[in-house]
Amino acid sequence: MSVTSEEPRGRQIPDRLTSPLRKALSSWELLLFGVAVAIFIANSFASPWFLDPWNLSDASFNFTEKALIAFAMAMLIIAGDIDLSVASIIALTSTMMGLAMMAGAPMPVLVLVGLVTGLVCGAFNGLLVAGFGLPSIVVTIGTMSLFRGISYIVLGDGAFTGYPASFAYFGQGYVWWVITFELFLFALFAVIFGVLLHKTSFGRAVYAIGNNATAARFSGIRVNRIRFILFLQTGLMSGIAAICLTSRLGSTRPSIATGFELEVVTMVVLGGVSILGGSGSIPGVVIAALVMGLVTFGLGLLNVPGIVMSIIIGALLIGVIALPRLWSMWRR
Amino acid sequence: MQAELNGPGDGAPVLSLRGISKSFPGVRALNAVQLDLYPGQVTALVGENGAGKSTIVKILTGIYQPDEGTIAVRGAETRFPTAQAAGEAGVTAIHQETVLFDELTVAENIFIGHAPRGRFGLIDKRRMEREAAEILASIGADLSPRVRLRDLGIASKHLVAIARALSIDASVVIMDEPTAALSHKEIHELYDLVAKLKAQGKAILFISHKFDEIFRIADRWTVFRDGQFVGEGLMGEVDEGRLVQMMVGREVDQIYPKRPARIGAPALTVAGYSHPTEFEDITFTLHEGEILGFYGLVGAGRSEVMQALFGITRPSKGACRTGDGIRVIRSTAEAIDAGIVYVPEDRGRQGAVRGLPIFQNVTLPSLSRTSKSGFLRLAEEFTLAREYTQRLDLRAASLDQDLGLLSGGNQQKVVIAKWLATKPKVIILDEPTKGIDIGSKAAVHDFMSELAAEGLAVIMVSSEIPEVLGMSDRVIVMREGRIAAEFAGEMMTPENLVRAAAGIRERNAA
Repeated sequence: MSVTSEEPRGRQIPDRLTSPLRKALSSWELLLFGVAVAIFIANSFASPWFLDPWNLSDASFNFTEKALIAFAMAMLIIAGDIDLSVASIIALTSTMMGLAMMAGAPMPVLVLVGLVTGLVCGAFNGLLVAGFGLPSIVVTIGTMSLFRGISYIVLGDGAFTGYPASFAYFGQGYVWWVITFELFLFALFAVIFGVLLHKTSFGRAVYAIGNNATAARFSGIRVNRIRFILFLQTGLMSGIAAICLTSRLGSTRPSIATGFELEVVTMVVLGGVSILGGSGSIPGVVIAALVMGLVTFGLGLLNVPGIVMSIIIGALLIGVIALPRLWSMWRR
Repeated sequence: MQAELNGPGDGAPVLSLRGISKSFPGVRALNAVQLDLYPGQVTALVGENGAGKSTIVKILTGIYQPDEGTIAVRGAETRFPTAQAAGEAGVTAIHQETVLFDELTVAENIFIGHAPRGRFGLIDKRRMEREAAEILASIGADLSPRVRLRDLGIASKHLVAIARALSIDASVVIMDEPTAALSHKEIHELYDLVAKLKAQGKAILFISHKFDEIFRIADRWTVFRDGQFVGEGLMGEVDEGRLVQMMVGREVDQIYPKRPARIGAPALTVAGYSHPTEFEDITFTLHEGEILGFYGLVGAGRSEVMQALFGITRPSKGACRTGDGIRVIRSTAEAIDAGIVYVPEDRGRQGAVRGLPIFQNVTLPSLSRTSKSGFLRLAEEFTLAREYTQRLDLRAASLDQDLGLLSGGNQQKVVIAKWLATKPKVIILDEPTKGIDIGSKAAVHDFMSELAAEGLAVIMVSSEIPEVLGMSDRVIVMREGRIAAEFAGEMMTPENLVRAAAGIRERNAA
C-alpha cells in the first residue's frame, strides 16, 4: 500500500480543528445570550420598575415552571420524540394532589403524590411510544386529552382549595433574599440536566438516537429503554412543575396550565434544539427561558394587553422556527 | 442462429438496443451492451448481481437515459425520454413490487394514470371497467373490476399488477424477477400467463436468477457480466454449465491480499439457528484466524442470519456457543458482550450516525469503557478513536468532524473502527465493500486479512464472487434461507458457488 515503510500506517488526524472555546463563541447560545442582554437593557430603559430586584424575582415565576419541563423536553426532542401532554400531566397531577389534600394527607404525602402521578403519566406515554412503537406525537396528543379529561371528570366546574400552609413554600417561598424556591429549582435542574446531557454516556446515547436510532441500536444502545426513561423523566419534571404551580396558585382547577405545552416547546426550540432531533443544548434552553421570561415581563410592565402579548408570543414562535435556518445560512 | 424458432412472428426483433452505455459517478453500469427482443418469444436476461440488468430495465422503461447507444422499435430509432414515452412505444414492466393502491378498485388500479376519458375530461368509468374486465379475462384472472384492492389476496393483487402492465397494449413486456415473491402454485399460474402472452405475439424480457424457470419458459438467452454484453443465443443450443461459465467467467484482475492465517480453536459455533420466515437450521463453526465467506443470491437470508447472531432479531430455535458458553443472543448488547460484532450492509441507515463527530461514532459501543461510572471522559475517547482510525488509514480533517461529511469509503472505515475498538472475537462484515471506491476497498481487504492473521474470526457476507473467493478460507453458500453447500480449497470455484446459489443439481453439470 504505502511506499514509506518506516512510517506507522495511517496519518495522524488532529483531534479538533476549532477549540471548544471558539466553537462556543460562534454558537447559537451566544447569539441568544446577546438577545437576552439586549432585551434586559431595553426593558430597563422602558420601565423604571424593571430593575427592582423584587420585581425581577416575581417575574421569574413566568418561566421557572415551564423551564423545569423544558429541560426534560429538550432531551426528549433531541432524541427525536416529543411530549405534548405535559400541561395535561400538570392538570392531572394537581388534581391527584387535591384529592389527597381533601382526604387529609399531610404536606410530604402531597409532594409524594405529585411526583408519583407525574412518573405514572410519563411511564404511560413511554410505554405506548417505546414499548408499542407508536409515534410520540400521536400518543401524546391522545394523552393530552386523556389526562386533562380525567381532571375535568373529577372537578367539573369546581376547584380544590385549602392546601396546607406548609405546602405554599414550593411556589411562594424564598430560599435566600430574592431567590425563590422555584428559581433555586430552575438553577439546580439546569445543572443536573446539563451534566446529564453533556457529560454522561446516557446523554451521548440520546444524541446518537436522535441522529440515527437504527444505527444506535446496531451499536448496542438500548434505544427503547432510553426513550422510555426520557418520557419518565419528562413526566417527573411535569409533576415537579405541578407541585410548584399548585403551591403558587393555592388551588387546583382542571384548566390549570392550559397551553403550557406550546410554550415549553417554544422555549426548547428557541434554545437551539432541532425539532427534528439530534442537536441542541441545555445552556441554550436556559438562556431561551430567560429570554421568554424577560419578554413577557417587559411587555407586562408596559401594560401591553394580554391579546397583544399572545400575538407577540406567536410571532416569537414563528421567528424561532425561521431564525435557526437563517442563522445556519449566515454561517456558511 | 435464426433457425427454427418456436412461436409465431419470428424474424425481425421488435425492440433492439445497440451500444448502450450508462455511467453513474464512479461506476460504469453498462458498457456498449446490446439486447434484442423478438415478438412471441421469451428472452432470458442472465447475469450476476451488478451485471447491469436493473439498469437496462430502467433504460427500457424510460427511467434512465443512456449515455450512448440506440434504441430501435421495429427498426425505427427512437428515444424514451420519460416513462410515458416508453409506455406509448409499447414497453411495459412488471416489477417485483409494483405499487398498487389499496383504497382504489381493481379497474382504477389498472388504469391509473391513463384512464379512458369521456365528456368534460372526466373518467369514463363504464368503459374503464369494461376494458379492465377484458384485460383480466385475457390473462385468465377471475376478478371483478369493481372490487376494492384491499379486499383481495396477495396472488390476486399480483394479477392486477400484471393487468395494469398489459393495459397499455404493450408489445414488449419486461418481467423483473416476477417469481421472487410468489408461492409454488402462483409461479405455475405465471408460467401459463407467459405462454398466453407469447401466443398474443408479445416480446417478453424475463429476468431471473432461477435456472430451472429460465430453461422452462425462455426461448432465447442474453448474458451480461459487469455491465458488458457477453453473448446471446437460443435456449436449445446452450446448457446450464455454459451459462454459468459466461456469467462468472471473468479474469481475476484484482489481487486479493489474503495471507495464510493459522486457523485456531472454534470461536463461534452456531447450531440449528432458525427463524419462522427468514432462515432454517443454520449450523456452522467459525474458527479463530479464519475468514468464512457467505455467498448467495440477494434474499437468500444471509443478512438475516447475521443480524440474528448480532441480536437484532431473535431466532426461534437454535443456540450458539462462543468462548464462554452456550447461549442464545437476545440483544445487541449481549452480542457485543459475547464479542460478536456486525458491520452492516446498509451503512447509511444502520452503521454510521451522521451528525455525530467521528470520535463519538467510534466510541459509541465502547462508552462503558471510555466513561467512568456513567460520566464521559473525552481524553479517553480521543485516544481510542485515534488508535483505531489510524489503523484503518482514515482520511479526515479532524476527529471532531461530522461523520456525514466523509466519503462512503471513509465512513465505512469509521464503522469498522468502531467495532474493532470493542476488541471483538468475531467480526461479521456484511457486504463490506459495497458501493465504496477501489482504494478504500483495497484498504478494507488488506485490513480484513490482517485481522484474521491476528487471530480474529471473520465472517464476510458478499455477493461478489471474486471477493468471496479471493478473501475466504472457506465459503458457505445459502439458498432460500438454508445452507445449500460449503466449499473449501480447490472446490471453491465460481461455477460451484453459482450452481449452489441458484440450486442447480450436480447431474446438470456440463
